[in-house]
Amino acid sequence: MGFPDRIERTVEIAHPPAKVWAALTTAEGLGTWFGNQATIDLRPGGAARMTWTEGHQADMRIERVEEPRVFGFTWHIYGLPDDDPRRTYVEFTLEPVAAGTRLTVVESGFAQLPEEGHHTAYDGNTRGWASELGELVDYLDAA
Amino acid sequence: MQPDHEAIAEQVFVALADPTRRAILAALASSGPATATDLADRLPITRQAIAKHLALLAEVGLVTAEPGERRRVRYRLRSAPMQVAQQFLAALARNWDGPLEALRDHLGR
Repeated sequence: MGFPDRIERTVEIAHPPAKVWAALTTAEGLGTWFGNQATIDLRPGGAARMTWTEGHQADMRIERVEEPRVFGFTWHIYGLPDDDPRRTYVEFTLEPVAAGTRLTVVESGFAQLPEEGHHTAYDGNTRGWASELGELVDYLDAA
Repeated sequence: MQPDHEAIAEQVFVALADPTRRAILAALASSGPATATDLADRLPITRQAIAKHLALLAEVGLVTAEPGERRRVRYRLRSAPMQVAQQFLAALARNWDGPLEALRDHLGR
């Protein structure tokens, strides 16, 4: 039995999809309930960033914008080094219901380990800092 | 998650569950490659115990053995298995319940 590749949650919110959509996709919304501040360029390929007052930040790449039903982005896998290329995909789905909106969030890709570039990443990581420092020494020697 | 990744992660968690091995891995992570003798100087653990644990860690691929000075074996931490284990932790560490509660509070229930 493996660990989860995806996380899924559904909540019902007593507001229409348009209002929930605004909370999910505007700097004002994201910077209030999720981060402490946010910027967003709302289009596929656009960038968004949330920052928290404790000092950390999350950079997102917007993937799907289908107002007011689907909003998707990818972001860095929590806890992995900054230079790790793996990202998880987060998708919010908004469904109108009598009580307001049924909001589902699915985050997937935790179990990925891309076969391509896998060995490069491994070799790179094995070489690690010792090699980086060796390159720095070579660079300084050459200068 | 592929079975071999599951096995790799398990080896990391098993290694980390032991305080001596945790101390050895922590020393290699913070100060870089070291011989069993180097580690025995720094840790309150006998050289024999350290050598035994290092051999075990090398066997499961969490450290690599390489030739060091004066024909001593030097051990280096391998970060790749740790990153596989980190993926397991990433799924557990992701908190969606908190933000979704905050969203409902923000909009007013």
